[in-house]
Amino acid sequence: MSKIHVTTTVNGDETEFLCDPRETLLDVLRDRLNLTGAKEGCGTGDCGACSVTIDGRLVCSCLVLGAEAEGKEIATVEGIAEGDTLHPLQRKFIEHAALQCGICTPGILVAAKSLLEKNPNPTETEVRYWLAGNLCRCTGYDKIIRAVMDAATEMREAS
Amino acid sequence: MALDDRKSDFTFVGTRPDRPDGLDKVTGRAKFGADAVAPGMLFGAIVRSPHAHARIVKIDTSKAEAMKGVKAVVTRADFATGLTGEFWNVQENVMAGDTALYDGHAVAAVAATSALDARDAAKLIEVEYEVLPHVTDVDKAMAADAPVIRDGTADGSVPEGMHPNVVRYHESGHGDVAAGFAEADLVIEDSFKTEATHQGYIEPHACLASLGADGKGELWCTTQGHWYAQKHCAALLGIETSQLRVTASEIGGGFGGKTTVFIEPVALALSRKANRPVKLVMSRSEVLRATGPTSSTSMDVKIGMKKDGTITAAEGVFRLQGGAFPGAPMEFTAMCAFAPYALENVRQVGYDVIANRPKQAAYRAPGSPMAAFAVESVIDLLCQELDLDPVEVRLKNASKKGTKASYGPRFDDIGLVECLEAARDHPHYSAPLEQGQGRGISCGFWFNHGGETSVSLALSEDGTVQVSVGTPDIGGSRASMALMASETLGIPYENIRVTIADTATLGYNDVSHGSRVTYASGLATIKAAQAAIAEMCKRAAAKWGIPEDAVKWEDGCAVPSGPNAGDFEPLAMADITADMGATGGPISGHFEATPEGAGVSFGVHIVDAQVDPETGKTSIPRYTVIQDAGKAVHPAYVEGQFQGGAAQGIGWALNEEYIYGEDGRLQNAVFLDYRIPVASDLPMIDTVIVEVPNPGHPYGVRGVGETGIVPPLAAIANAVSRAAGVRMHELPMSPPRILAALKADG
Amino acid sequence: MVEVNLWSGLRSLTGGKQVVEVEASTVGEVLSGLVKAYPQLKGPIDAGVSVAVDGRIIASGLTEPVSADSEVYLMQRLKGG
Repeated sequence: MSKIHVTTTVNGDETEFLCDPRETLLDVLRDRLNLTGAKEGCGTGDCGACSVTIDGRLVCSCLVLGAEAEGKEIATVEGIAEGDTLHPLQRKFIEHAALQCGICTPGILVAAKSLLEKNPNPTETEVRYWLAGNLCRCTGYDKIIRAVMDAATEMREAS
Repeated sequence: MALDDRKSDFTFVGTRPDRPDGLDKVTGRAKFGADAVAPGMLFGAIVRSPHAHARIVKIDTSKAEAMKGVKAVVTRADFATGLTGEFWNVQENVMAGDTALYDGHAVAAVAATSALDARDAAKLIEVEYEVLPHVTDVDKAMAADAPVIRDGTADGSVPEGMHPNVVRYHESGHGDVAAGFAEADLVIEDSFKTEATHQGYIEPHACLASLGADGKGELWCTTQGHWYAQKHCAALLGIETSQLRVTASEIGGGFGGKTTVFIEPVALALSRKANRPVKLVMSRSEVLRATGPTSSTSMDVKIGMKKDGTITAAEGVFRLQGGAFPGAPMEFTAMCAFAPYALENVRQVGYDVIANRPKQAAYRAPGSPMAAFAVESVIDLLCQELDLDPVEVRLKNASKKGTKASYGPRFDDIGLVECLEAARDHPHYSAPLEQGQGRGISCGFWFNHGGETSVSLALSEDGTVQVSVGTPDIGGSRASMALMASETLGIPYENIRVTIADTATLGYNDVSHGSRVTYASGLATIKAAQAAIAEMCKRAAAKWGIPEDAVKWEDGCAVPSGPNAGDFEPLAMADITADMGATGGPISGHFEATPEGAGVSFGVHIVDAQVDPETGKTSIPRYTVIQDAGKAVHPAYVEGQFQGGAAQGIGWALNEEYIYGEDGRLQNAVFLDYRIPVASDLPMIDTVIVEVPNPGHPYGVRGVGETGIVPPLAAIANAVSRAAGVRMHELPMSPPRILAALKADG
Repeated sequence: MVEVNLWSGLRSLTGGKQVVEVEASTVGEVLSGLVKAYPQLKGPIDAGVSVAVDGRIIASGLTEPVSADSEVYLMQRLKGG
C-alpha cells in the first residue's frame, strides 16, 4: 500500500513523515517519530494513556489517523517541560507521589495541562470528571487529584 | 547488626523524598516494555482460538508464509518437547498443543517487517478446529454432567468420587467445629460467588526478543520477575538459562499479572526462526482474553457466635476456578479466610477446579479477597442479628501475638488489634450517615513473602553509591531502597542510585510479588551496605594502624571507638573511597540469601456506600484504609499502595467481571466494557499507617502491597447490604444485581 | 524428635495422623524425614511446601534450624501477587 506524506508540527518542531493510511497518530508518534512518551493502553480510546493535543484540543491519539496530522500542531508529553524547567504539573506529580508505575502519567499530564489552560481554578469534582478518560490502576487517583489541584493553585498564584 | 537489634530511630527512613525515576516518568522518557527498538526489528502477531474448547485438527501456514514481508511463522512445533510440571503447563498456555483450551488461547504466531503486515499475515493462517463441549462456570465445571477438560490432571489430594475437573484439594483447621457450633447462640451459614476480575495494569504485555541459532539470546520485557522469565523462556525454547539475558523494562503495572510469561517465549521462537529481533506487543483485548485474570469462586461459610460476640466455630468451603490449568490459589483462600480471628474450632476446605478459561495468575494477595468477602459478610450478618458493633466484635475475636492461627502456627508480632482500635477511634467510624447510606467494615489478612534475593552495592571513588537490585520497581521501590541504603550508610539519599540489574549482572532474584520487595530487597540492601561498611572500617583501621574492631561507623564516617583506639579524625566515606584502589581494591557489599522473616500483614477498611434504589447504582462517598506497615520506609508510597488496593477492590466489588457468553467467548474484552474505576467514580481515600515492627526485618518493615485489596470486597458488600437493606451474595454488585436483589426482597 | 503438624488434607496419606514425629534438626531434615516415614507425602512436598517454625513461615530455606520443642507446621508453598 502506498504511503502518505504528512507535514506537521510536533511540540513546536516542523516534522515530516510517511505513513500507511491505516496507521494511527499514536503509531506514527511512537514508531516513526520515536516519541514514545504517549502510551498505548487500549487502542480503543478508553484509557487515555495516548492523550495528546491537536491544535490545542485534547484527543486520544490512538483514535486519530496519522494522515490527519497534516498541517496541525501536535503537543505531547515530551513538550510539556521548557528546557530543563519542569511544568508545575510535572513537579507536583513528583512531589505528591502521584505516580506509581508511571505508565498513565504522560497521558494524565497532557490532559491535566489541557484542563488548567481552560479552567485555571477547577473544583475537585471538575478535575475528577475531566480526568475520567484517563485510567490509572495504581494510585486510586487520590494523589493525582491532589497534585493537579496543587499545581493549579501554584499556577494561579504565579500569574 | 543482628536481626534482633532492631533499629527504631531513623534519619532518612520515614521521610518522603522525590523518587529517583520521577523526572523520567513525568517527561515521557522512561522506557517501558513497548518502547524498545532494535536494528532490523520485526513485529510479531499471534493467532488465537475463537473457541472455548476445540481440538486443533490442522494449521495451514502456507498463505501467511508466502506473504511479502513475512519472515517467520511458529506453532507449538517450534518449542521444546518433553517438558513436565509447571514448565509444561506454562508452555501449554503460551502456545496450544493439540487442543485450544479457552477463547483467546494462542495457536500460532507470525513475524513480519511491519506491525500491520504481521496482523494481516496472522489472518492468513488457517486453523481447522473440531469444537468440543466447554464449561466456564465453577459450579457447573464440578457438576457430574460437566465436560471433562483435561482428564488426568487431578493430583492425589482430590477425594474419590469428585469430577475430573477438580484437580487439587485442601483441608486444614483445628478443634471440633460441630462442638463449637453447638455452643453458639446463633449459627449463620450462607453462600457467595465472585466473578473473575483482571489486574487491569494499563501497560499491555510487551517484549523485544533476539535469539540466534547458537542458543544465545537477549530479551527485553515488562515483567515482575526477569529471572522467572529467563528460566521459563529458556525451558520452553530448549536453551540454557544462562545464555538468555533478560532485562526488565520499566513496568506499567503488574499486581501479580506479570509474574509469568505469555508472549515472551513466542517472540523468542519467532526471532530464532527469522534470525532477527522481534517485537511483540499485546492488544488490550489480548490482555483480557489471554493473560491471567483471577479465579472465580463459589463459597459456603458457616460461623457460630455467642450473644456477647464470641465466635465459637467457623467453617468454610471455597471452590476456585482457575482456568484450564491447575493452580487456582484455593489453599490461600482457605488459609486466609479465618486468619484474623482467634478460633478454637475452625475448618476450611478448598477445591481447585479447571474450566475453559485462561490460566489464572496472581492478583494482589491471590485468593484472599474472595475469602474475606464470604467470611466478613457472615460476621456482618451475625452482628446485625445479635445487634453488636462490627468493630467491637472483631476486636473481641482478633488474632494477636501467640494466637494459634486458623492455618496452624502461632502468630508473632502482628498489628490487627492496633488496626481495629485505630478504626474504632477514627472519626470516619463515628460520623453520621446520610439517608440511603450504609457503613461496612472488614478485616483482611495476607501472608507476605521473602524469596530468593541478591543485591550488590558498589562504592564509587567520590563516595557515592550504586545499588543493583533484581526486583522490578512497580511502585517506587527504588526510592525505598535508596532510603534504606542511606539510613545504613549515613549518607544523603541523593548520593545513592538504585538500578534494576539484568539477569547477567546480578545473582538470582525471585519475582516482585508477595509484597516482598521492600522487605526482602530492602533487607538485602541493608545487609549489603553493612558489608561495605565493614570493609570501610577495615581500611580505616589499616590507615590508622589500629585493630579493625576499634573502628565503628557513625553518620557516614569511620571513627575510632573504644579505649585503645587512639585519637584520629573521622574518615568520611569519600575519604576512604578516594584511594580504595590503592588500599586493597574496589569496595562493594553484597547479599545473596532467602530472607524468611516476611511477617504477616493485617488491615481494616471502613467504607460508606450510597445505593440508588431506582437504578441500583452504588457510589462510595467515603473510604478509609488502616493497615500495619511494620515500618513505613517512604510513607507516601505506602499510602499509595493502600489507596491503590482499595480502588482495585472497589472495582472488583462493584463493577468488574469476566462475562462469558453461552458460546464460551469473553464478551467484554475492551476497557469500555471491562470498566475499571475512573477518577470520577472514587472519593479521596483516607489512610492510617499502623506500625507494629516486623521482627524479621532490621528496620521492622513488612510488605504492604497486597493486603490492601483484601478487605474492600467485604467492606463494600457490608456497606451496600446495609444501605440497600438486603444482603448481597454475589460480586460484582453491579446495578442489575442490586436491582434484582431489591426486587427479590420485595 | 520433632512434632510436625500437617494440614488435615494430608491425613489420607499418613494413615489418619495429623501430627507426626520425625528426627530432624533442620527444615530440610523435617521434609526428608516426612517422606521417609510416609512416602506418599512426596507428591505434596515436591509440589511445594512452606514450613512454619515457631510462627515464622519459611518458604524455601532447608537449612533453617528446628528443635524438639519447636512448633512446626507444614503449609502449602506461599507466593503472592
